[in-house]
Amino acid sequence: MPQAPERFDALIIGGGVIGCAVARELSRYRLRIGVLEKQPDICCETSARNSAVLHAGYNNEPGSRMAALCVAGNRGFDALAQELDIPYKRTGKLVVGFTEEDREALAAMKQAGTRSGVPGLELVSKAFIREKAPYVGGEFALWSGSTAILNPFRLVFALAENASVNGVQFFFNSEVTGISQAEGLYHVQTAAGAYAARWVINCAGLFSDAIAAMLGLRDYAVYPCRGEYFVLDKRIGHLLPLPVYPVPNYKTGGLGIHLTPTMEGNILVGPSTEYIGARGDYAATRRVMDTLLQEGARIFPHLQKEYFIRNFAGIRPKLTPQGVGGYHDFVMERRGNAIHLIGIESPGLTAAVPIAHEVIRLLQEAEPLREKPAFNPRSKRFCTFADKPAQEQAELIRQNPDYGEIICRCETITKAEVLAAMRGPLGASTITGVKYRCRAMMGRCQGGYCQTRIARLLQQEKGIPCDQLLYGRAGSNLFTGSVREP
Amino acid sequence: MTQTDKDVIIIGGGPAGLAAAVKLHELGVRDILILEREHALGGILRQCIHDGFGLTRFSQTLTGPEYAQRFIDAAAEQGIAYMLDTTVLRMSAAHAVTAASRKGLHRFNARAIILAMGCRERTRGALSIPGARPTGIYTAGVAQSYINLQNTMVGKNAVILGSGDIGMIMARRLTLEGARVSAVFELQPYPSGLPRNVEQCLYDYDIPLYLRHTVTNILGDARLQAVEVSEVGEDLRPLPGTQRLYPCDTLILSVGLIPENELALDAGVLLDAHTGGAVVDESYQTTVPGIFAAGNVLHVHDLVDFVSLEAERMAEAVKRYLAGEQAKPAIAVSAGRDVAYALPQHISGARDALLTFRPRRPLRDATLRVLQDGQAILTKRFPRMLPAQMEQALLPAAALKSHNPVEVVIGDA
Repeated sequence: MPQAPERFDALIIGGGVIGCAVARELSRYRLRIGVLEKQPDICCETSARNSAVLHAGYNNEPGSRMAALCVAGNRGFDALAQELDIPYKRTGKLVVGFTEEDREALAAMKQAGTRSGVPGLELVSKAFIREKAPYVGGEFALWSGSTAILNPFRLVFALAENASVNGVQFFFNSEVTGISQAEGLYHVQTAAGAYAARWVINCAGLFSDAIAAMLGLRDYAVYPCRGEYFVLDKRIGHLLPLPVYPVPNYKTGGLGIHLTPTMEGNILVGPSTEYIGARGDYAATRRVMDTLLQEGARIFPHLQKEYFIRNFAGIRPKLTPQGVGGYHDFVMERRGNAIHLIGIESPGLTAAVPIAHEVIRLLQEAEPLREKPAFNPRSKRFCTFADKPAQEQAELIRQNPDYGEIICRCETITKAEVLAAMRGPLGASTITGVKYRCRAMMGRCQGGYCQTRIARLLQQEKGIPCDQLLYGRAGSNLFTGSVREP
Repeated sequence: MTQTDKDVIIIGGGPAGLAAAVKLHELGVRDILILEREHALGGILRQCIHDGFGLTRFSQTLTGPEYAQRFIDAAAEQGIAYMLDTTVLRMSAAHAVTAASRKGLHRFNARAIILAMGCRERTRGALSIPGARPTGIYTAGVAQSYINLQNTMVGKNAVILGSGDIGMIMARRLTLEGARVSAVFELQPYPSGLPRNVEQCLYDYDIPLYLRHTVTNILGDARLQAVEVSEVGEDLRPLPGTQRLYPCDTLILSVGLIPENELALDAGVLLDAHTGGAVVDESYQTTVPGIFAAGNVLHVHDLVDFVSLEAERMAEAVKRYLAGEQAKPAIAVSAGRDVAYALPQHISGARDALLTFRPRRPLRDATLRVLQDGQAILTKRFPRMLPAQMEQALLPAAALKSHNPVEVVIGDA
């Protein structure tokens, strides 16, 4: 006899930043919540592949959800970061211009931002640019004081870990294959089993239109729009203290090729904007790489190929097709007991928690939610080693000798951190999962020293047979088996 | 945090560090400490289980672990101190070295520091190879570690980009372990590894080597499915219309090695843009007094024998330094026509200097000339020169005419 499907109050489809934010915010209430993720881990797609910027909100149409939720996300981030231990830095940002046309565009951006309630916008001179970012080109700029950089991986993992602590269950390798309705419940079929829930919350990002269609909502189509990036060596990180953007040509669908320092001191160059056919096509192309170099060098003349350590691509789930470009407002619709979040592209990372609050509001329209007194809003990241002064490092090793074993040489990530990334209810079981959680392999040798060590630790710690060890996504097996009988 | 004073701290217990330590001990320097980040001494040799090591240094052919063991045994016999699982975190120009191990944070103050950290592999990211991002792409050394040290097989059907020595050795290893290696592709019009490896690792196993070819696209979703390979023109850029698809589940990259000099940069050591290693004088002393470098951290070698020999020569210089000898680098040495690089980058003129260099391209009946004041002060003939093969020539102090710069060139005057 087939087992009855596991029953939830709410099933969240998608374990990106939106799904995890919704899970965390909903876990404040007395609800049984599950998150269904098709990949072996959370944070596998767009949430892990972006500029890692906390936007201010002046790029979006005043009065739109995008603008309002972005401004709210930016404003609320200090408190969120403190609760969830998320590294971020209010660097401010420069949008640099060169022509009279640019000057008008920047004035319009300032005006739009001010209307949306963005604080700290200012049109500034070349001298101001030189003072803030001496190695950056541009004749004048729009200064945005509230823009910040953040560690996007930690944001997603912190939301998920906190949700997990507050009772949310996560199901991996669980791609949703069909949804039906019966007796007031949604019956969700996945690659790994069937579930039932009173509510379904569609946070499926690139596939949010497909999930919506399974529930009968066919009004929206997601147009995948790829953005490629280069990652630069930390060695020149000090030359770029804050994000620098060109004046956007919104028609393309993006904000233009910009330069952003990461929290750890690398520089990201990108992204391009290229509408593509396949939603999982993260390929990098020669043509775009050449463009990134060329365009990036226009605002950052120190950009040189010798500093490249990696490239990657992210895919925007846009609701506007090629040729139209621009931004379609976030879609947030309740149909019955299904809530659809569709086309959550940039500034989705910034707006994630306010978006989750909107979901709660939509839910509360249909039923009262009861708060859970035991809700714990706090999450603490494992202690990092590299950024500590010598005395603290010595003390960390004394308390836990695993801190004395350096696994990732380039980023000085210790065995204690690598193991912490693997442990806990949402611990990593893939190489990418370890990398996203603790930064090992993100340095200039790109895992040349530590990947083999991490692979071995994963096999030992998680008991994964070597032929089943995954690099990242399903099917990305690292090994075909043992060389010979052990 | 512990504080220890040492005469010599050696960073890295691979072939360079071991050879330097053993030689220093022979010369009477006893207060030595090797810091090694791995669980055993031997460095990269631990995973080089093929033979062919030692022909120059020991006049016999050894495997990598056997070669390393000779030095490990010698060091053990001499009672040379070393710390394993100990990673150096920082190093200063004032010779303060901070290292971490499970026992704690250690601080050393050394009279002299020897850099012997070896090199790392150039990656796909550094090359910016376009295409999809599946798993199944390994640098040759990583694949070698997985297969030889971890007993894990990286794939069944491989293509190799780059004809570096490790790439060719991995072509043979993969074949021996039951994988199919369909081809090795090299961007340059000549192999970047040694001729003996082309013969013994590729041709003996019927693995074709295609020169003037490169990977122009990578296909596959989760795991690699195929690579697209194109011919390149004189400018080394892909020629449109020459693409061919090679189905494979594994791509091995053997596209260059980079001296691992992040610690050296910390201490303010000046690096050479061509070698990626420190700028040194004939004593292998870097631009920071008392910090020396030898082996792959100084410049990438093709044979470990020369790493050991270089480290031994350096050890002699370190001994002189400890005895108070001060070299005054006075004469700049530059790489001229057809010379990819020349070491040392400056010399004192007070003693004979062993010049080490590589040609820019394969040459036959080539003449090395060292020029000073418009005259050849040293001439040496080579029947054949290859970029893959490091060459040396002794420049006697007596040959120097002045303190003016010298230039190393290949070809007629």
